[in-house]
Amino acid sequence: MRETTPSYDLLRGVWRENPVLIQLLGLCPALAVTNTVANSLAMGLATFFVLLGSSLLVSALKKVIPHEVRISAYILIIATFVTIADMVLAAVVPDIHKALGAFIALIVVNCMILGRQEAFASKRPIGRALLDAVGTGTGFVIALLMMGTIREVLGYGTFLGIQVLGARYEPWVIMILPPGGFFTLGFLLLAFGWWKTRQDMRPAVREWPHGVASADRRVA
Amino acid sequence: MGELIWILVSAMLVNNFTLALFLGLCPFMGVSARVSTALRMGAANIFVLVITSMTAWALNTYVLDAAPYLRLISFIVVIASLVQIVEMTIKKVSPKLFRELGIFLPLITTNCAILGLAIFQTNRGYGFLEGLFFAVGAGLGLTLALVLMASIREQSELASVPAMAKGMGLVLIIAGSLSLAFMGFAGLFTS
Repeated sequence: MRETTPSYDLLRGVWRENPVLIQLLGLCPALAVTNTVANSLAMGLATFFVLLGSSLLVSALKKVIPHEVRISAYILIIATFVTIADMVLAAVVPDIHKALGAFIALIVVNCMILGRQEAFASKRPIGRALLDAVGTGTGFVIALLMMGTIREVLGYGTFLGIQVLGARYEPWVIMILPPGGFFTLGFLLLAFGWWKTRQDMRPAVREWPHGVASADRRVA
Repeated sequence: MGELIWILVSAMLVNNFTLALFLGLCPFMGVSARVSTALRMGAANIFVLVITSMTAWALNTYVLDAAPYLRLISFIVVIASLVQIVEMTIKKVSPKLFRELGIFLPLITTNCAILGLAIFQTNRGYGFLEGLFFAVGAGLGLTLALVLMASIREQSELASVPAMAKGMGLVLIIAGSLSLAFMGFAGLFTS
């Protein structure tokens, strides 16, 4: 396995390998509950907690868990933390818990969490596993907040319940309905694709005169 | 009987698992490039969903009254092991069927649609028959969405799209349009 520095482990998941926007993992919660900023934040933090807890436990128990049943063991650990998160949310913010509904329980099958356990936490020391979990969890929260902000501002004209687009704004209702989730993420991905093709094109343009010069020399 | 049909059609069209509830998106994005694969995936999904529905009903009725906080953990463990056993049985009894469905079965188990079905069924308090119709409806809905998506993607592969839309961005926009179309079913029942 390639050696990495601690800061790389931490920062990788935040943007360069963002779980939702780049790797397209954990799409189910990213699309289903991001119709308001508050819901996105609650879902993001709950997932962050589950990821952190399971990475800690998986990394600590990596010598104990037999290789053949590791996936089931990871799922059991994840399900335990999800049950805790579910109960805490129900006790602290009952309204949001009700709005998120079954999707809190569905954090168990968020492929991003299982993916980090299998690819990282089960092979690395506890400290690194925690750094990776913090980075990836932050990336997930950022992606959910981006989706939530776009959808709430356009769909309700509010941000966290505060009017931002003026009283005369006609809400774009489709953004808070299911199709709005697909469209928002789709247009975000298109924007990233556009940005990336521009980035890829720039060095080619810069190298062109040089290429011409060397070609000329060959002719001569 | 009318109630059961209502549950089936509602799970299939009005509250389509993929396009309205965002469940089972991984196979929807991953294996929706060919219609033939999509059909087999859909069939495997219906199969696992029916098993899940029956398991969840049995667990809810006979076991979990005593310890409801263990619901999530027991659902996922029991369903995963049951699907594993079924997979081994199919492999032994009918190798041909195993080749058609087999590779998808373990993948499907950790799919949100499966656990989602078990949780929705519990929250809504469905009985055995209601759960069965719910599972078949949800499975048919997943298959429908997969096949629709696959047929569009087979066409769109030949189209010339801008470079920035070569990735999943375009697929998500298509999914959004399909989801928009399915919202038209919302007025199907007026009760």
